[in-house]
Amino acid sequence: MTWFQSPDDATTSLGGTGYLADRPTSITSYLAGALGKPLLVEGPAGVGKTQLAKAVAQATGAALVRLQCYEGLDEARALYEWNYKKQLLRIQAAGGDDSWRETHDDIFTEEFLLTRPLLAAIRQDEPTVLLIDEVDKTDVEVEGLLLEVLSDFQVTIPELGTVAAVRRPFVVLTSNATRELSEALKRRCLYLHLDYPEPDREREILLSQVPGLDDALARQVVDTVARLRDLELKKAPSIAESVDWARTLIALETRELDAKAIADTLGVVLKHASDHDRAVRELRLARG
Amino acid sequence: MSVTGGLVDRHVALVEALRRAGVPVSLAEDVDAATAVTAVGLHDRDALRATYAATLVKRAAHRPSFDALFDLFFPALVGDGRTARTEGEEPEGPQDTGPALTAFREDLGEALAAGDEARVQDLAIQAVTRFGAMPGRAPGLSSWSAYQTLKRVEPDRLVAQIADALHADGLDEDGARRTATGRAARFTGLVEADARRRIAEAKGPEHVADTTLRPTIDKIDFTSARRADLEQMRREIYPLARRLATRLSQEHHARRRGPLDFRRTVRASISTGGVPITTHHRPKRPHRTELVVLCDVSGSVASFAQFTLLLVYALRDQFTKVRAFTFVDEVHEVTHHFRPGADVADVMTALAASASKAALWGRTDYGRAFTRFDEQYADALGPRSSLLVLGDARSNYSDLALDTFRGMVDRSRHAWWLNPEHARSWNIGDSAARAYAEVVDMVECRNLTQLGEFVHDIV
Repeated sequence: MTWFQSPDDATTSLGGTGYLADRPTSITSYLAGALGKPLLVEGPAGVGKTQLAKAVAQATGAALVRLQCYEGLDEARALYEWNYKKQLLRIQAAGGDDSWRETHDDIFTEEFLLTRPLLAAIRQDEPTVLLIDEVDKTDVEVEGLLLEVLSDFQVTIPELGTVAAVRRPFVVLTSNATRELSEALKRRCLYLHLDYPEPDREREILLSQVPGLDDALARQVVDTVARLRDLELKKAPSIAESVDWARTLIALETRELDAKAIADTLGVVLKHASDHDRAVRELRLARG
Repeated sequence: MSVTGGLVDRHVALVEALRRAGVPVSLAEDVDAATAVTAVGLHDRDALRATYAATLVKRAAHRPSFDALFDLFFPALVGDGRTARTEGEEPEGPQDTGPALTAFREDLGEALAAGDEARVQDLAIQAVTRFGAMPGRAPGLSSWSAYQTLKRVEPDRLVAQIADALHADGLDEDGARRTATGRAARFTGLVEADARRRIAEAKGPEHVADTTLRPTIDKIDFTSARRADLEQMRREIYPLARRLATRLSQEHHARRRGPLDFRRTVRASISTGGVPITTHHRPKRPHRTELVVLCDVSGSVASFAQFTLLLVYALRDQFTKVRAFTFVDEVHEVTHHFRPGADVADVMTALAASASKAALWGRTDYGRAFTRFDEQYADALGPRSSLLVLGDARSNYSDLALDTFRGMVDRSRHAWWLNPEHARSWNIGDSAARAYAEVVDMVECRNLTQLGEFVHDIV
């Protein structure tokens, strides 16, 4: 199946799900579909990396299979696992009547295989979006595991043979760049760096995500957030935080983002005490 | 190789130039890029840029180099482009004299105040045509200079005027000033890019690519960094520290398996019918060191010392205790400036202010500094502490106090010396690097990459 007809088609269909993609994002998403290559999305937290995968799934009507990465993730959690307990039960239930050959053929079949996200995504007949989230959190060995899946879309299970993909999934990997990924992994992927959006696009995102927000207030929120990003902060506010902020202001029925309103609600956007101090000083706010 | 040939030649030339600029592009990525370009088509320059970026550039730090090179190999226009006047309406008189300049600056001021992107772009091209041409002695020797252009147009002096115009339009004073500065800087960038493009047109993109591109931020030397670079580096410190900390904790975990935890293993084996299929282990106690940092904060190496201090402090949870001292010819303890969660910029200011306390006469004197340290803070060094000295070992030909220093090194568990100078200039002039290097491990540390590697190794 073709995922998107053209870059413009990608923009329109992603826009239809509420994800406002900029031009590089839609071109790269189109390419990922057209070339059948995994897409590696990197960028600061909260700029919509995971959301992109969800939007692609929604826009194309595909199922979403998600593998959340964490430290200590291994083959058994990512790929497949033999159901030892069931195998033990099967052996005990047979009570020693079966020959060794029968038992050994019997306990390594589909029935005793637990599929984990990577294998599940490959075996799906339906169009599938495979999201491998926060791939930088895993150990280096897991990257090696991903290589076979990402380049050939197949998994080798020693007892069963090689399982090849029925249909290539659309693969999205996200990373916060806390660790440099290996060259081998990067080479197999298309790369997209998502950054904080342009003011105009951020305003559109706010207006589409926050019902009841008027244009003037959205403009003020975007301007203030842009100023905060210019300061030297430990954690600059991301889109997710601007959206939260706009929601907060709506909930508090604030019509105008003046110095007092900023000082009162700064905790929504900045999450470090030292960042607060700095923002108060630089924006010349009264201490709230 | 000629780049005047077909598209394939140009593609290959771009890939080659990227490799020379330090962006690793494998053959597989090269092929992918070509396939992708065929899929997207060539009718849209921005799409082409995005396509190349997605397939060739896999690291955000390489993006500026890529953008500059892309502009050289796939320029948006050739010659004077759309700003060129058609024949017949050539205005009379010279185009780069006083009145013409005044008129041009007025135009520019208006365009910048209005924030008219396309017009500013056109004006940047015009500016280079009119004020940046450097006629050569022979055809092919003429060139363009962004420096000449900017010196004559002086966009920085338009800032106040633009800010006033914006302020009159209802922006608050601060905002107007910030926007105006941003727009003037944008014009400067456009002029620089246009001059590069014209030189590339005349002499070939490879020539420009090799001479005018700056290295990526993590490869810039501390000692030759510009002000803007230093600010950008400072923003890099925390991400770098975070990356190092993640890498370290992962490596610790990999080596963490201690003795067998019998109770948990037996407990877990119950679910597999009493067969201990997975074993559980007790975690190993991590080994942590005390770190004593001694930094030279005299003018020549001050920024290097500050970066290293900040990085060490960002990683302080990897050490049991960190004590920091600065010196020029007197020793001063600065440990108290680094409170947990303190603001980076504040710490920098405090450090700069306290630098005066480290100087008595203001001439770097390593020998005196070590002697004073040994007298006042002898208790800082012990069998569990590691000593880290930061400096260029340029001691103004004074006494080096090698014996005192050797004593300090012997008393500590480990000792390192980080030198921000290239190893080939050690011991040239008043540098006593070799003399100290006999006593302690001296490591060359010129940029953020080397600094990161070193800090990782000592933890």
